[in-house]
Amino acid sequence: MIPDDLLYTRTHEWVLVEDGTVTIGITQFAQEQLGDITYVELPEPGDVINTGEEMGTVESVKAASELYAPVTGEVIETNTELETAPELVNEAPYGEGWLIKVRPAEDIDPEELLSPAEYHELLDTQAH
Amino acid sequence: MKTVFDKSVPGRLGTVPGEARRKAADFLPADLLRAAPPRLPELGELDVVRHYTELSLRNFGVDGNFYPLGSCTMKYNPKFTECAAALPGFTDLHPLTAQLKGAGQYTQGALEVMYDLERLLCEITGMCDFTLHPMAGAHGELTGSMLIAAYHRDKGNKKTKVLCPDSAHGTNPASATIAGFEVVNIASRDGIIDPDALAEALDDEVAALMMTCPNTLGLFERNLPRIVELVHSVDALLYYDGANLNAILGKMRVGDVGFDVVHLNLHKTFATPHGGGGPGAGPVGVCGRLRDYLPISRVKKLEDGRFVLSYDHPKSIGYMSPFYGNFGVLLKAYAYILRLGREGLTRVSENAVLAANYLRKRLEDKLEIPYNRTCMHEFVASAVRQAENGVRALDIAKALLDRGIHAPTIYFPLIVKECLMVEPTETESKQTLDRFVDELTDILALADADPAAVQAAPVHTPVGRLDETKAARDMVLTHDL
Repeated sequence: MIPDDLLYTRTHEWVLVEDGTVTIGITQFAQEQLGDITYVELPEPGDVINTGEEMGTVESVKAASELYAPVTGEVIETNTELETAPELVNEAPYGEGWLIKVRPAEDIDPEELLSPAEYHELLDTQAH
Repeated sequence: MKTVFDKSVPGRLGTVPGEARRKAADFLPADLLRAAPPRLPELGELDVVRHYTELSLRNFGVDGNFYPLGSCTMKYNPKFTECAAALPGFTDLHPLTAQLKGAGQYTQGALEVMYDLERLLCEITGMCDFTLHPMAGAHGELTGSMLIAAYHRDKGNKKTKVLCPDSAHGTNPASATIAGFEVVNIASRDGIIDPDALAEALDDEVAALMMTCPNTLGLFERNLPRIVELVHSVDALLYYDGANLNAILGKMRVGDVGFDVVHLNLHKTFATPHGGGGPGAGPVGVCGRLRDYLPISRVKKLEDGRFVLSYDHPKSIGYMSPFYGNFGVLLKAYAYILRLGREGLTRVSENAVLAANYLRKRLEDKLEIPYNRTCMHEFVASAVRQAENGVRALDIAKALLDRGIHAPTIYFPLIVKECLMVEPTETESKQTLDRFVDELTDILALADADPAAVQAAPVHTPVGRLDETKAARDMVLTHDL
């Protein structure tokens, strides 16, 4: 399940680019691999995240995994629902389980992220 | 099963106590006394014996069943070590006795045990010096990380990073972080450390590389000479996590290879009981360059043969534990090493490796084995094929519990999907290993024929399938007594 209107990272985050705002989450594949998610640690609004650097943690019954920033910018909103309902990431990774909204420092260059087709290819190679 | 409180009957006693001449309340200030008596269970002796015997039977331990829990080395702990640890000369010794002026004569035996054990561990690992103080493996890692920091600080090095391979034990990055370092992950290639990836990650800010060998996949690191050379080329130190030492006992001395710091898990390699959260012992050995930084106290042998505790080590990182570590655990390991001797310890590693390879070969056509080559003391299998049919590693693990076998470690290391990490240890017979293969074969056949039956396991254990998600999401950490 790889929505067409999103961009992706090799570390399984997704990015929705809208006017002046970028919404970030983890992919269906990522939540499946993690299993039941029990805790999500996110940056605070006002924090600056930098492409490729760690920006938080997702903990599941199996493991704790780092989240990596897909873009550079300032965090303007976080999904506070996840504090009490981390299962939203499992149930709707592309919807109610979104993680943070960011005001990017500069325009997003789609070439620096993976297209849906490229992400599909990545999952294919990781399946074997 | 009812709790001991549920079984309480008002007024029931085990023994009838004599009339107290003075009550505890006579000696305590009124404001420290409780208003109402504590709610303690009231039971007869037989009630208590039956309660705790029943509880113990619901527990799972290596004394009762096979326990192939990868990474944890749940081998059988021979009972003679308990006798050594129970000797009254040791158990009646107060740890402060050694500090009393003139009381050294009463503690010579205990000090000699510590001194000898340090020497034996040096001989086994090829290190120059040991501290016995760390009280667990991760505590040893923290001690080692602090020694590394002390070394660099003393030399005026500006080192901020510690490298860990992606197959590292989770505690390695955690310990380095607590010691104040930034952790950098390096990717493995073909299941072992990739020297090229290591070279790329190495710079003047790297304080150390923390690794274990064999690694978490049970694979021997085949590029050790190159790794040692690379790490030392930037004046970084090489840390050996001794969790898997039982695979190389008597075969390789890590100090000879070039490791600078090593921690041992006496509660794994040297057969002291563990699994209930302790007590452990994680002694740390160092090369000559690091000996000045070891924690205090140190045990010294004087020229006249007497043993004393010495505290005058200005470069020491200080105290890492109260007193001298988990002394009872140290005694058991000491007894174990002396009983097995050089030849016996070598047989430990040979049999541990043989048992793991026997199981790997017998299981290779039943489960996916991602790095299927000669392994050391453990190997990692994967249930990816079964998962396509809805039966995951977790389900197979639970089904094994139903058959009186402890589950292997599952979902670790993270670099193998649906993984089951099997460590049979050297103390299991071929009959036990064969029974494990038979039971697992049966479960895998059932996974094909009737996945639901495996998904429903366990049904014969004292408690059924626990809701692990709820346990992590809705934690209740208090009980109102």
